[in-house]
Amino acid sequence: MDDPLIVVVLLLVAAAATAAVAVRDPVRQALVLAVLGVCLALLFTVTQAPDVGLSQLAVGSAVTPLLIMLSVRKVRRRQQDGKEKER
Amino acid sequence: MTRRLRMIVLALGGAGLAALFVAACFGMPGFGGDRHPYGDRAVHASLARRTANTISSVNFDQRAFDTLGEMSILFTSVLGTVVLLRQTRDEKRGRPQPQEVALPVRRYALVVLPVALVSGLYVIAHGQLSPGGGFQGGVVAATALHLLYLGADYRALERIRPIGVFEVGDALSASAYLVTGLAGVLAGTAFLANTLLPYGTFNTLSSGGTVPLLNAAIGMEVACAIVILLARFLDQAVEIEEDNGKR
Amino acid sequence: MTVLPYLVAVWIFLTGCYGLATSRNLIHAVGCLAVCQSATYVLLLAVGYRAGATAPVYSDIKPGSRPVVDPVVQALTLTDIVVGATVTALLLSLVMQISKRHGTVDPDELRELRG
Repeated sequence: MDDPLIVVVLLLVAAAATAAVAVRDPVRQALVLAVLGVCLALLFTVTQAPDVGLSQLAVGSAVTPLLIMLSVRKVRRRQQDGKEKER
Repeated sequence: MTRRLRMIVLALGGAGLAALFVAACFGMPGFGGDRHPYGDRAVHASLARRTANTISSVNFDQRAFDTLGEMSILFTSVLGTVVLLRQTRDEKRGRPQPQEVALPVRRYALVVLPVALVSGLYVIAHGQLSPGGGFQGGVVAATALHLLYLGADYRALERIRPIGVFEVGDALSASAYLVTGLAGVLAGTAFLANTLLPYGTFNTLSSGGTVPLLNAAIGMEVACAIVILLARFLDQAVEIEEDNGKR
Repeated sequence: MTVLPYLVAVWIFLTGCYGLATSRNLIHAVGCLAVCQSATYVLLLAVGYRAGATAPVYSDIKPGSRPVVDPVVQALTLTDIVVGATVTALLLSLVMQISKRHGTVDPDELRELRG
């Protein structure tokens, strides 16, 4: 492989993906997924795929983490309500 | 099955899968190789139809039928989300209290909003020329609208985002894609065949035959879909509460 | 060295699978599924890459003047990214329904509830 940049970004993506799985709290995971999204967008840009990079940047770093955070908020609020009811 | 037994099964399965995958990796053509028969043919076909962005040509011309399938997945999952996240009888709608937003955040969001919205529309419109297209531009335009939630408050966002209109827009753009495809059949060629319109001049906005039309339909579809999805999720997270008194 | 991108894709996929199987929270599991998905993007783009080539967009280069990378795999990837996000949304709304019906999002507790 002639391009050391691609190797570096590939390793970055692998590290971010591992972190996204290892982090068990969904809110933190959403943040790590956003980082993974940016790393992937970077990888797509250096492998000459600007179309895909643009799509990944918009979706991976904004929409998916936002959806996960909103779901967490909803689920947590419901669990708190449930605990108050039991008391 | 106990947790321990499950982990053993997972480890065995994972190890087998990993071994097979790694063996497959060494049988693949090397990374960065020079032999791309499909790619070369796709580039040739795209240039013959005067579409400067080869990827748009693959998406909306050579594999337009496949994109129809992708669009149906998108449409169906939005439909499923809307059905699953509707307000049920045991839930009530609470009024979210407007919160104080830091002034720099508010100013920044309100300045960036129009810029982001216009970039999204630009990316959709120039899909057949430069990197971009309906899929990417739609997402950018839809998320840009939600900067209003940061810059102002939730009620302002609700005012500029009548969900009913976006739902109709989603359905309309899905049918627009189908109608463009059927127009090919009526004209005596095949479904979604790009033979209907003149191909135009290379590297201008109106080049590529039906590519810009399908691209615009997808752009509208994706933008509406993302707005509806985020609206439903925000509704659930911010507004809808369980009715504690009744149960 | 020419297999490193493929191996990275395999690694991402297997870590995602591990996360899916050991997750104690369904929302976290959906996030792991998104990680699995990104492995397919890396694999597809690695297959289509050509050393020394440029992006397959002819708005600013002359056709035939430079080699370009494979546009077919890029088109496949880019549609899947956007469609994948909406499928993630569908899964998350299913999780919200589960939490509403059963009051938990832990797969182990859900199994006990079913009996």
